Amino acid sequence: MAQTPSMRRAPQEAFTGATARPRDLAIEVMDLTVAYRDKPVLWDVDMNVPSSALMAIVGPNGAGKTTLIKAILGLVDISAGRVLIAGRPYEQQRRRVAYVPQRGSVDWDFPTTVLDVVMMGRYGALGWIKRPGARERQAAAEALEKVAMSDYAHRQISQLSGGQQQRVFLARSLVQDADVYLMDEPFQGVDATTERAIVTLLQELRDSGATVVCVHHDLQTVTEYFDSVTLLNVRRIASGPTSDVFTEENLRATYGGRMAWLKTASKTEPAQD
Amino acid sequence: MFELFTDYTLRTVAMGAGVLGIVSGVLGSFTVLRHQSLLGDAISHAALPGIVLAFLVTGSNAPLPLIVGAGVAGWVGTLLVRAIVRNTRIKNDGALGLVLSVFFGVGLMLLTYSQSRPDASQAGLDKFLFGQAAALLRNDVITIAALGGVAIVVVALFWKEFKLLSFDPEFGSVLGFRMGAIDVLLTTLVVVAIVIGLQTVGVVLMSAMVVAPGAAARQWTDRLGVMVCLSALFGALAGVTGALLSSTGAKLPTGPMVVLSASAIVILSLLFAPNRGLVWDKWRSRRTMISAGPQERAGRP
Amino acid sequence: MSQAQLEIQAIALVTATACALPGAFLVLRRMALMADAISHSILLGIVLAFFVVGSVGSPLLIVGAALMGIVTVVLVETLANTKLVGKDAAIGLVFPALFSVAVILIARFADDVHLDVDAVLLGELAFAPFERFVVNGYDLGPRALWVMGTILALNLAGLALFYKELKVATFDAALAAALGFSPVLVHYGLMGAVSVTAVGAFDAVGSVLVVALMIAPPATAYLLTDRLSQMVGLSAAAGAVTAIGGFWLAHWLDASIAGSMATTAGFLFGLAFLFAPDRGVVALVRRRRRQRWEFAQEMLVVHLLHHEHGPDADQENRVAHLQEGLRWEGDFTEEVVGRARRRGLVSVADGLLVLTDAGRERARRSFAA
Repeated sequence: MAQTPSMRRAPQEAFTGATARPRDLAIEVMDLTVAYRDKPVLWDVDMNVPSSALMAIVGPNGAGKTTLIKAILGLVDISAGRVLIAGRPYEQQRRRVAYVPQRGSVDWDFPTTVLDVVMMGRYGALGWIKRPGARERQAAAEALEKVAMSDYAHRQISQLSGGQQQRVFLARSLVQDADVYLMDEPFQGVDATTERAIVTLLQELRDSGATVVCVHHDLQTVTEYFDSVTLLNVRRIASGPTSDVFTEENLRATYGGRMAWLKTASKTEPAQD
Repeated sequence: MFELFTDYTLRTVAMGAGVLGIVSGVLGSFTVLRHQSLLGDAISHAALPGIVLAFLVTGSNAPLPLIVGAGVAGWVGTLLVRAIVRNTRIKNDGALGLVLSVFFGVGLMLLTYSQSRPDASQAGLDKFLFGQAAALLRNDVITIAALGGVAIVVVALFWKEFKLLSFDPEFGSVLGFRMGAIDVLLTTLVVVAIVIGLQTVGVVLMSAMVVAPGAAARQWTDRLGVMVCLSALFGALAGVTGALLSSTGAKLPTGPMVVLSASAIVILSLLFAPNRGLVWDKWRSRRTMISAGPQERAGRP
Repeated sequence: MSQAQLEIQAIALVTATACALPGAFLVLRRMALMADAISHSILLGIVLAFFVVGSVGSPLLIVGAALMGIVTVVLVETLANTKLVGKDAAIGLVFPALFSVAVILIARFADDVHLDVDAVLLGELAFAPFERFVVNGYDLGPRALWVMGTILALNLAGLALFYKELKVATFDAALAAALGFSPVLVHYGLMGAVSVTAVGAFDAVGSVLVVALMIAPPATAYLLTDRLSQMVGLSAAAGAVTAIGGFWLAHWLDASIAGSMATTAGFLFGLAFLFAPDRGVVALVRRRRRQRWEFAQEMLVVHLLHHEHGPDADQENRVAHLQEGLRWEGDFTEEVVGRARRRGLVSVADGLLVLTDAGRERARRSFAA
């Protein structure tokens, strides 16, 4: 994988009179508030994600996890606060941010092939009207190689299993050669092999300098897969390295319920009271 | 059949219907994929007040102002549907049904008001309801073809944008494309296709022309490009066949014949297309059963 | 008012009310477009029944039409269940085909009969009083009134008898099945009622406007209430206003009564769309504006609470930083701070914002919410 450029930036922009913030932050979310019909979905959320990090966002249903991702990407209206990617507003940094949405967000019966979907990741670089060509095809093929889906390049997407669909979405994000990856429940409903493969891939991305943030549904695997975590329930409860932040107390504050299940080996998220 | 080459009127009608078939096939592919099949129905009905107002304002029956009037009204209807869905708890179907019927009623009221007659059995309205394929003039066909040609060129230009819009608009947004603008563009083209078609098959049947070719084409292929081309082909086939069939006998109105041809194509596709076709499906599962060993047939692994 | 005018209004009233009743459930069940489809395809039912019976005035036509309505629903659902096309596409494929067959049959075989497709599509209420219902030489009034009146009575009876079932099946099909009555039966029963009503209303308003009468008044009612019983009642009331209002509009403009009725129905909906209490656009805008200030003040105190005892308190809790951090414009910030001060939530000292006890309390309460 190509070396990603350093995330350091000259500290000129953004703040006047504020204390200098460390500039190796890939994502800075400040005072973010998102409302739906004047009910807060996200409330005054701060989150800093350093570069070369693999972070999970966890929280109960309705906590605003998906909304947080979408707010960073500009897909929902922000009531207050701001988001910086490597010190600049998101709109200026689109090319550096890749998005892997939930699998259920598209109709997989759409007539198109795996390779075609992956190539869509290059459309942004092409701009308006221009058609994808050999270069885009090549990039897509390489991305498919990385997710072990090369054999499926010309398969119709409706014929894919859940794990395969997830890999296709991942490949689509890989072709963008981004510095920041935002993923919404990439492990939801995939088989064990795919899960292992995805974790390895994400860790490789992290090790090469990229920042990966995932909305994650399975608390049991947070410590194993992610080096940092944000606990969210409309407000940010805690955010930082997993070892520091992923504590029973913080989890209790986030989920606000009985914690006995945490000790069990079940892989599912508990129902909320 | 050979009258197609000798009979001027038949040729004109067939060409008009054929062009309509192509354009509505191409654009209908996208509406079918976006699950907006009945938007065509709504736009067709909503166009009536636009046509009447255009007629009242210009005082002439020339096609172009009427087309513009129809287009504007159809567009306004689409906007209203969106406004209703976004701002109230009325869902898409209710909004479509509302706009469709109310606009049509307004058009009817305006039409009868302008003619000071309480009934509407006017040649004008008949044409709108059922199309006037049989009365198509060469100039009409040229207008249809010109507009349709522009629409198809736009589709070719913005191919990947329309694909993105239909498959994953949020992703497109993240990539930096203005998905709202692309949506406006595609909807405008659909309005154009429908307004063209109103002249040929009329209101009630226009929705079929935007749905049938695309639905049929989907059964034969898994590739968008092929689907759109096939859809255009099916549309043209339906148009020409309908025109031909309607010319073979008296009292076989063109519009309905075109729609029936299109429906026949759909039925054949649903049954016989390889992979998705129902007949193939049955045949395939029988073959699997036959080639399976006795244990499989008994249901044991 | 002449007798004819009275009769027309009566017919319109009965028609609109009869349509509004099943329409309420169509809107709730998201089947509005199925009504559109049925209203077109029952023409085929009428034609086929006509071929069987040979006369236009027979009640068998209504039966034929109702059956075709059910057939339409069955066809659409069968098609949709193949999963080869979507539900919306299924509707858009079935009804034009059936309608085309009907038009062709009429043109070929019934051209000289009073089966005027125009009338079917557009209706004309103005001529309705001319067809009388004569029994034993006694003129009992316009035929249309009797037909629609019977249908209205049937719809009311159906509503009264099956209200419970309709309610549960509409809002929770699974529960309905668990309770032992079949949501499928309710579904087809409703579609049957829609078909019969549509046929009866053809005479008066034509098929497209049947859709208007079945959807617009209930949609209006839907914006005005949360309770099913009220919604059904309001649908009927809106239908009644539509009927009378539409008649007089047509009278004034010398235009099609059916068209005017649809226009009136649309106008009523427009009024509700804008002015419905709580749900109308005007109410929404007003509420949002009011809540914007509430919201902003809440954000202000919460923000202050967050950073109150933090290391950056000196910087964070300044008015200037509010503009930066919260991305509020200068004027807005001033206004919000001003309102918060007036309410005793914050005080300002040297440009530094400090929470009062009331403010802190308010911030804490928002955590609990």
